[in-house]
Amino acid sequence: MEEFLQQLTNGLAVGGIYALIALGYTMVYGVLKLINFAHGDLFTYGAYLGLTLLASLALTDRLGFALGVLVLVLMVMGLVAVLGAILERAAYRPLRESPRLSAVVSALGASIFLQNTLMLIYGARFQVYPDDILPAAMLNVFGLYLPLMRVLIVLASVLIMIALYLFIQKTKIGTAIRAAAIDQGAARLMGIDVNRVILLVFLVGPALGGVAGLMVGLYYGQINFTMGWVYGMKAFTAAILGGIGNIPGAMVGGLLLGVIEAMGAAYLSIAWKDAIAFLVLILILIVRPTGLLGERVADKV
Amino acid sequence: MKNRFKPFAMALVAALLAIAPLFLNAYHVDVLNSIGLYALLALSLNLILGEAGLFNMGHAAFYAMGAYTAAILNTRYQIPILWTLPFSGLVAGLFALAVARPVVHLRGDYLLIVTIGVGEIVRIALVNDVFGITGGANGIFGISRPKIFGFIIRQPQHFYYLIWGFVAITALLFYLLKQSRFGRALNYLREDEVAAEGSGVNTDYYKLAVFGLGAAWAGMVGTLFAAKMTIISPESFSFWESVVLFMIVILGGAGNMVGVLLAAFLVIGLPELFREFSSARMLVFGLVMMVMMVVRPQGLLPARGRW
Repeated sequence: MEEFLQQLTNGLAVGGIYALIALGYTMVYGVLKLINFAHGDLFTYGAYLGLTLLASLALTDRLGFALGVLVLVLMVMGLVAVLGAILERAAYRPLRESPRLSAVVSALGASIFLQNTLMLIYGARFQVYPDDILPAAMLNVFGLYLPLMRVLIVLASVLIMIALYLFIQKTKIGTAIRAAAIDQGAARLMGIDVNRVILLVFLVGPALGGVAGLMVGLYYGQINFTMGWVYGMKAFTAAILGGIGNIPGAMVGGLLLGVIEAMGAAYLSIAWKDAIAFLVLILILIVRPTGLLGERVADKV
Repeated sequence: MKNRFKPFAMALVAALLAIAPLFLNAYHVDVLNSIGLYALLALSLNLILGEAGLFNMGHAAFYAMGAYTAAILNTRYQIPILWTLPFSGLVAGLFALAVARPVVHLRGDYLLIVTIGVGEIVRIALVNDVFGITGGANGIFGISRPKIFGFIIRQPQHFYYLIWGFVAITALLFYLLKQSRFGRALNYLREDEVAAEGSGVNTDYYKLAVFGLGAAWAGMVGTLFAAKMTIISPESFSFWESVVLFMIVILGGAGNMVGVLLAAFLVIGLPELFREFSSARMLVFGLVMMVMMVVRPQGLLPARGRW
């Protein structure tokens, strides 16, 4: 039981990270019907920017742990959001009226470009997060000893998701995003500036992805410039699992995928860990192509 | 006017390719060999992605199936490597049919993501030494050299003619296929699936058929690859290979064979020539891909309509 609960909480932490990345994919897909292949790399930028800021500004020494990390999170979010907006301008906006596959190749090109920029700046080797940011404390939750960082990551990702959900559901801007996702033309006729909605989506999505990157750095301690591929593909799987274009779906899908993967790695085979996610993906697409929460069913004629 | 020169231009390029090994050094011939292999793979992917419009970003999986079939038959059962060609094609084709059967009806992007997943699962299976026959992460080595009528193909120049001969045959066959009823059905499928179905084209049949055919071809290219390298390992069949092939087809102009061949030269050849700038060349590669798509979204030579 102890082992099971450890795996479950670990799965929830990883799942929270997947969910945050998946939100970026699903929001962009909802509005533009584009798989943003460079999103995984923006996530990696979050991890690297977090490391650089942490090392150069020594925020946690100056402001204490809680405030320091909060400032760090906000800075990473802001910077990665700006990157996302630049990406949209440079790689996607000129291709909005073009064949879909051209945008896919442009996205792949952007991904290669971003990845190799990181490699040139930081080198190809693993980068290590300082391990003295917070005490390696164990938290006693109902008799279960959990690493503090794991608990914080689960809490933080859930908090961010609730905030995003409220933003999308309750605010005027959120309504505009949902409207643009359902029908861009009709949204435009209703006076919604679709270009601004798209820009906003490319600010919010990457910001969430950037935080996820920072979380991976803090959780695992080491990061690599190519890790965006794997995390990106898994997060996209999570988005499909929940129903692509559906924001609560991405959250549920991410958490679920994280738990499935952790359980699979623990009880089935660790060597096949990365294959589990894709197996789940294929099964879900065969059984229920719209995902768990997706309601917009396949193309009607 | 332009079309009258086209046959001459193509004949000239073919003649140049035919005599190229005579005045190039071994390294450059080797680069041309890898361009040839990618050109073959891209042509086979072009059937699926370009002609039929099915988004396949896991082509490396079928390539891997073929290469591993050839390597296993050759190293375990001593079957001469070129004799394994039909088996490689068969195994890769059947695998593709089995995989595609439940998912081929999916809409574009879903198919894209499923094929990525299949590619990754195959790669992970190879790394994990599935059934104990793939040699794990080290792969399979000691594949014998191909032999034609007692002549052992060993040097890059010899492989050059083997590979590019295969390219020529492939281009001819695929050209004939494109002109056939089958090819027309594929294009119909790409342009408007609903209309195709409405006009009596059995869409599921054609989708599966083209998936199987393209995969079988990639499997046979896998045999050539195994014969050329004599060592194969899972890292030769990573997601990256599928991405490169995808890019070649789209950059060339999906559905245009000349465009695809041209793109194979650019995408594989140019980074090879700029090896000195090793660290920055992939950065430039990514940038060029973005710029090319913005400047020419339909690819270098877009497919022409039939009407």
